[in-house]
Amino acid sequence: MRPARAPWPIAALAAIGVLFFALPLAGLLYRVSWQSAVADLLTPEALGALRLSLFVSLAATALGLLLGVPLAWVYARIAFPGRNVVRALTTLPMVLPPVVGGVALLVAFGRRGLVGEWLDAGFGLRIPFTTAATVMAATFVSMPFLVLTVEAGIRSIDRRYEEAARTLGASPWRIFRQVTLPLIAPSLFAGAVLCWARALGEFGATITFAGNLPGVTQTLPLAVYIAMETRPEVAIVLSLVLVLVSLAVLVALRDRYLRLD
Amino acid sequence: MFAGSSLTDALKKAGDRLKVNNPGTDYVFNFGSSSTLATQIASGAPADVFASADETNMQKVVDAKLNEGAPAVFLSNRLQIAVAAGNPKHITGLNDLAKPGLIVVLAAPTVPAGKYALEALQKAGVTVRPASLEVDVRAALNKVALGEADAGVVYVTDVKSAGARVSGVEIPEQYQVIARYPIAVVKDSKNPRLARAFVDYLLSDEGRTLLAEFGFSRP
Repeated sequence: MRPARAPWPIAALAAIGVLFFALPLAGLLYRVSWQSAVADLLTPEALGALRLSLFVSLAATALGLLLGVPLAWVYARIAFPGRNVVRALTTLPMVLPPVVGGVALLVAFGRRGLVGEWLDAGFGLRIPFTTAATVMAATFVSMPFLVLTVEAGIRSIDRRYEEAARTLGASPWRIFRQVTLPLIAPSLFAGAVLCWARALGEFGATITFAGNLPGVTQTLPLAVYIAMETRPEVAIVLSLVLVLVSLAVLVALRDRYLRLD
Repeated sequence: MFAGSSLTDALKKAGDRLKVNNPGTDYVFNFGSSSTLATQIASGAPADVFASADETNMQKVVDAKLNEGAPAVFLSNRLQIAVAAGNPKHITGLNDLAKPGLIVVLAAPTVPAGKYALEALQKAGVTVRPASLEVDVRAALNKVALGEADAGVVYVTDVKSAGARVSGVEIPEQYQVIARYPIAVVKDSKNPRLARAFVDYLLSDEGRTLLAEFGFSRP
């Protein structure tokens, strides 16, 4: 078969679609002041935000794996009443405005919150304005990406391997660890990277629930927002870093693990 | 109408009054930190009027030659310490904000209210370790109103707007910082007549009386 050629209306609209996404990136590249870019990146504020963002996004990914993989397994393997509702509930942050997530976290885990009030009174634990709050906000918005990816991975594996292990006398826990997990390694990796990239970009839930303090809760996106008010050139450099990292992640993933064909 | 977030309630009320006087007109507001708004206007956002909580950010718009006529200072504002209703932590002044264990929020030093708060704390010789530097003054106020923070340095008008949820602790005159708010019509406004009418209203006696109801002072 000859390679397909796009009819011109489709090609034209698709080209506009590409421009829509490419132009903002071009704008960043055009406006960045290369002479000061390195110096801007090496300011204590920028470095602090970079360091915190790395820690928070990795911690959110670890938490996502710890809680998200079991959740994905349950969704894929256990048919329980209300599964679709529960799955929708845990997927909600993907479509919710993140700031709504932040408000929800605040009324649940804030000092006057549903659980937070009890944590404060019982253990003197206060979550808002801490790095832990930043990690929670990032996990809240990013874990659904991991759960959905891993659930699809579990559903697509050949169950005969697990059957074989079971007939050989392996316990369900051993089958999960030694058969299922290795089989879903690609989707585990893809899910973890998607989760990490989303956590890295988190803004709305963080600023609402965790606040903004350099070194403690001021992640890269928050630093970009604050810098935009007084030092746009710093904001542009930091934005570019976020864009390039995310772009690299998506390109690498698409090649290796997100094969849609 | 682009206006600093501390003006939220007062300018909405002013807009409502003007709507009654001039049926068929409508005013749409974009409230945020004055520094964000100044950046937006300088980047070509379609604003008709800009009211800033400080002169520095108005100057950004003037420097970009985006004002129509000289900005006029139309009101002033004072700082106050916002605390939980009834002041359960017994905060009596700026000194108390340095107490260990007290959760204090300020507006970020990049926005006017945060800059003024730092000035006041400096005058009082107090070093505070804030829990958060919020994106605008209303965000700082809300952290106190929600009970997440014990205290925050905000405007008198913010404390008033929060009603019964928040109490205000006075800052003595010698540490006080007076915020002066300039307002200007933005160049190339699509509705220069309505924009001018809005500014004139705020500068009129009637407008000043209305602003005073929200706790603002005359310039």
